[in-house]
Amino acid sequence: MKKGIFRTSLRTSFIMVAFVLFTTALLALTYDKTHDLITRSEEEEKLALFNEVLPQGISDNDLLRDTVEIAPNDLIGNTSPVTAYRARLGGKPAAVLLEAIAPDGYGGKIVLLIAILANGEISGVRVISHNETPGLGDYIEIAKSQWIKAFDHASLAFMPSNAWHVKKDGGRFDYMTGATITPRAVVKAVHKALEYFARNKETLFAKETK
Amino acid sequence: MNEYLEIAKNGLWKQNTGLVQLLGMCPLLAVSSSVVNGASLGIATLTVMALSNLSVSLIRNLVPSEIRIPVFILIIASLVTIIQLVMKAYLHSLYLVLGIFIPLIVTNCIVLARTEAFASKQQALPSCFDGAMMGLGLTLVLSVLGGMRELAGKGTLLSGIDLVFGESAKSFALTVIPDYHGFLLAILPPGAFIGLGMLIAMKNHMDARAQSAAEGAAILPQHA
Repeated sequence: MKKGIFRTSLRTSFIMVAFVLFTTALLALTYDKTHDLITRSEEEEKLALFNEVLPQGISDNDLLRDTVEIAPNDLIGNTSPVTAYRARLGGKPAAVLLEAIAPDGYGGKIVLLIAILANGEISGVRVISHNETPGLGDYIEIAKSQWIKAFDHASLAFMPSNAWHVKKDGGRFDYMTGATITPRAVVKAVHKALEYFARNKETLFAKETK
Repeated sequence: MNEYLEIAKNGLWKQNTGLVQLLGMCPLLAVSSSVVNGASLGIATLTVMALSNLSVSLIRNLVPSEIRIPVFILIIASLVTIIQLVMKAYLHSLYLVLGIFIPLIVTNCIVLARTEAFASKQQALPSCFDGAMMGLGLTLVLSVLGGMRELAGKGTLLSGIDLVFGESAKSFALTVIPDYHGFLLAILPPGAFIGLGMLIAMKNHMDARAQSAAEGAAILPQHA
């Protein structure tokens, strides 16, 4: 009887292990076959987004390979290091693509991609991810409205800091009634990112790609 | 052939996962905010169900009953991961739309329920067909619910279809009510509960009517 139990458990665990090995092998094979394609599609997707916010012909370098790490700081709003991408034309700094976080959206963090030209002017902003109320606060998405384009060409030089607010707070940026917290957070984050750029411009372009 | 007809009837109406078995509510409530979202997740679930039922049925005699549940889960999880990877590699734009929903399929208990209740006891072909029909039933409910919520919430139908079929499909999206200001409740999760409640009530009503009509037909000749 005892031997029976021993044999059954051994057989059962052997079958279980066999299935685990088989499915793991299958997964490994699929991963191996699809990995390169996935990386390529992801890079293409990223480049398409970059080209959307950068003016045409502004750079001649490999954007995805010219990067710099930004350590956690209050102006960018990141809690862990984020990667910034640098655009250069003939080796000279042309623009930088920053990923900034607005921590105070209505539904939590709003992640933004901000492209800043070397002269401190914004060339474009896009929302990468957010958790705002659908149909109300989501007009910050380019798919839903053109609101985010209000940042195009804005800069610290031509806009005093009291203009960097929504109109309700005495600033220059439009908002939709009923959803003021969302644009307020985005405007604040873009403003702070510009300040970060103004203070760290030299080091941003100087640092070596890791 | 009769057997297949019965399976199809069960999946699409009698044992409909969304309206009768009420299994897999998590994705059903989460993604049914528009027709395109609902139908896309439905089709992905259908694929997983057909494949998992097929594979479980093929190996059913190899697996001792003590470990059948872990083995089934292993198979379902692997299938979902493989589908996710393949989609990410070859259908990247579709993946961007559906991506976050795909892993949710593993948590959909209807998949495990069908492998356990049906595929572990039946031949391969009927099992595969059962998975497909159950999945199709779910897809239909998801699409109808998505349509109800999209129409009430945004006044459109099929918005976002260009994300699945490319830019050229943009004209398929219908603006049913122009200048509609939106009805937020329908888009938010409560809208899913209310909409599903209405669908279930409607199905029960239709069933009750069909039954009373059948009873009436059976009684009438006796009186005559």
